[in-house]
Amino acid sequence: MALLEVEGLVKHFVARRSPFGRALAHVKAVDGVSFSLEAGKTLALVGESGCGKSTISRLVLRLIEPDAGTVRFNGRDLLSLDAGALRKFRREAQIIFQDPYASLNPRMTVGQILTEPLALHDLVPPAQRRDRVAEILRLVGLEPRLERRYPHEFSGGQRQRIAIARALAVEPKLIICDEPVSALDVSIRSQILNLLRELQDRLGLAYIFVSHDLAVVKHIADRVAVMNLGCIVEEADADALFAQPRHPYSRALLSAIPLPQPHAKRTKVVLQGEIPSALNPPAGCRFHTRCPFVIDRCRTEAPALTADGAGHATACHRVNELPSADTILPATAGFTPALAKLVAAFSRKTEGATLPGVGIQGARPTTT
Amino acid sequence: MSASPLIEIRDLRIRFHGDDGRITHAVDRVDLSVANGATLGLVGESGCGKSVTSLAIMGLLPKQTTEISGAIRFDGFDLLQAPDQTLRDLRGNRLAMIFQEPMTSLNPSFTIGDQIIETILRHRGGSRRSARERAIELLRRVHIPSPERRIDEYPHKLSGGMRQRVMIAMALACDPQLLIADEPTTALDVTLQAQILELMRELKAASGAAIILITHDLGVVAEVCDEVAVMYAGEIVERAPVNELFSAPQHPYTVGLLGSIPRLDHRAEQLATIEGMVPNMAQPPAGCRFAARCPFVLEACTRAPPPLMKISPGHVSRCIRAPLELLVS
Repeated sequence: MALLEVEGLVKHFVARRSPFGRALAHVKAVDGVSFSLEAGKTLALVGESGCGKSTISRLVLRLIEPDAGTVRFNGRDLLSLDAGALRKFRREAQIIFQDPYASLNPRMTVGQILTEPLALHDLVPPAQRRDRVAEILRLVGLEPRLERRYPHEFSGGQRQRIAIARALAVEPKLIICDEPVSALDVSIRSQILNLLRELQDRLGLAYIFVSHDLAVVKHIADRVAVMNLGCIVEEADADALFAQPRHPYSRALLSAIPLPQPHAKRTKVVLQGEIPSALNPPAGCRFHTRCPFVIDRCRTEAPALTADGAGHATACHRVNELPSADTILPATAGFTPALAKLVAAFSRKTEGATLPGVGIQGARPTTT
Repeated sequence: MSASPLIEIRDLRIRFHGDDGRITHAVDRVDLSVANGATLGLVGESGCGKSVTSLAIMGLLPKQTTEISGAIRFDGFDLLQAPDQTLRDLRGNRLAMIFQEPMTSLNPSFTIGDQIIETILRHRGGSRRSARERAIELLRRVHIPSPERRIDEYPHKLSGGMRQRVMIAMALACDPQLLIADEPTTALDVTLQAQILELMRELKAASGAAIILITHDLGVVAEVCDEVAVMYAGEIVERAPVNELFSAPQHPYTVGLLGSIPRLDHRAEQLATIEGMVPNMAQPPAGCRFAARCPFVLEACTRAPPPLMKISPGHVSRCIRAPLELLVS
């Protein structure tokens, strides 16, 4: 049985009301989304601004209530839980947000931030809480002595480590990572991505990884769901999706990503036009206004998400008629042999030298 | 590099004086040049001085708190010595800039037409009617649909991608010789980013302007730049033709950056990480500024600041251990 099963999830936000409070317009943020996630695996939700990926992450935690659909966690229907049972569920599912500058309370020390969940869920007797905080800090690569500091004393990457530590404090089974590295510089980003992978291996965590960055998703996800305007248009194992994207929108997304490889030989699918508004999504297939392969049927009839035998699901009428997607990503590996050697030497030496993430702004980096 | 570059920066140093008396060394010993029709990528992480360098070129740094030395030569002028009046004549005319945030760089209380027309009238003169025609033409060039109608709209009516296109149209209003684009696509979704990058390539081919593209995204650099300068802690640590930088980088920081990005064309179990922190720029280290984070560090690295050393024609690195191939062979 899957850890998380989402079925027919719908969330429409009211965008405009009449003077008497009647809803006049809705933003169809999530419109019939289904997926499941196994324990210890990572499902990535990808798509552009406004596609509904963040709304799904909040629905799955029941931070907002869906209009229709079911969310089952470990077989239990989340929507039927009362307040007490819901609080128990929150122990098992946590979230990390995009902006580590906004998601930590500036008036609490790191120790207080990490003790709060332990106290709320009464997980650890008060006398042992400090030890547990030290243990969690070490787990995310921070030194226990930093417990007395305030969030403003840390860099962005370190703050994101604290946010991860807070999520881990209650020993969850599922963590929703909502654009966890988008606000970080590239060299810091790789540290956090490595940490998330390492924690998953060690603790058997399942992740829902919400991101617009497909290179990051390729690195971290087992399965990927591509979303456009509130619907999943393609869902597949990460390797399959990146090797052969099927839906025209997935292809366009993949081909739009600039590769760090000058003069890479690849086909570009540059979409024309703007992203339609979720307030008034196009009829039929919601991608038809930008799709280079559009036919009349697409304008009237919404395609269903249908899976093939290998579990690769696509919502496109023309999925079997599209040209090959071989050249969207070049097959040749990115690094020259010389560079591969250099990067390996760079990584080996840094790993041997210091533990990740020790040290703090204004203080000397310390070796442990 | 051709004999006379369009813009040439020599030994640029920029210091900020803080309220508390602290002096931040934002930019140090920067040498750069860009030839007509070339695109230079200026790459680095937050706080490395890339945006400050571009603001210095435009003369947009606050005079009271900034100390600048060196020279920025643009077509016979030294921009650092030029009087304000000269700078005002150059800016928006022969020097143009696009900023990262199209939301905040347009004035919300004027229509986009007013804002483009203002630029044209200031630098080119002529009648308002002909300026309006030119504005419509510019909007068409940046692929804004029905520009005759859009020109009378206010910025809030446009999406992020459209606003960035308006910014580009405004920057192009007087056919600039040098266009500085500071993270022009960072706030945009990938499909829009692809459109804007395509547009910049098109415009460069059409007008032959030189472009300085400031970005943290090495993918964007690989797609549009001819030459790349990597900045770290206020200094240029490596400068190379784009192919060479991506195939045989000669500074450990560049190696770390290239190894740390997840790639679509390459699978790595573990990404490279650059440990430690950027040095405190109020007291920059005496030796190499990357030494504390560098896996290839030697004792000599911490003693004196390394010079920019020539590795091959057009390729320089501020690392005494270059060429780096020798370290792994």
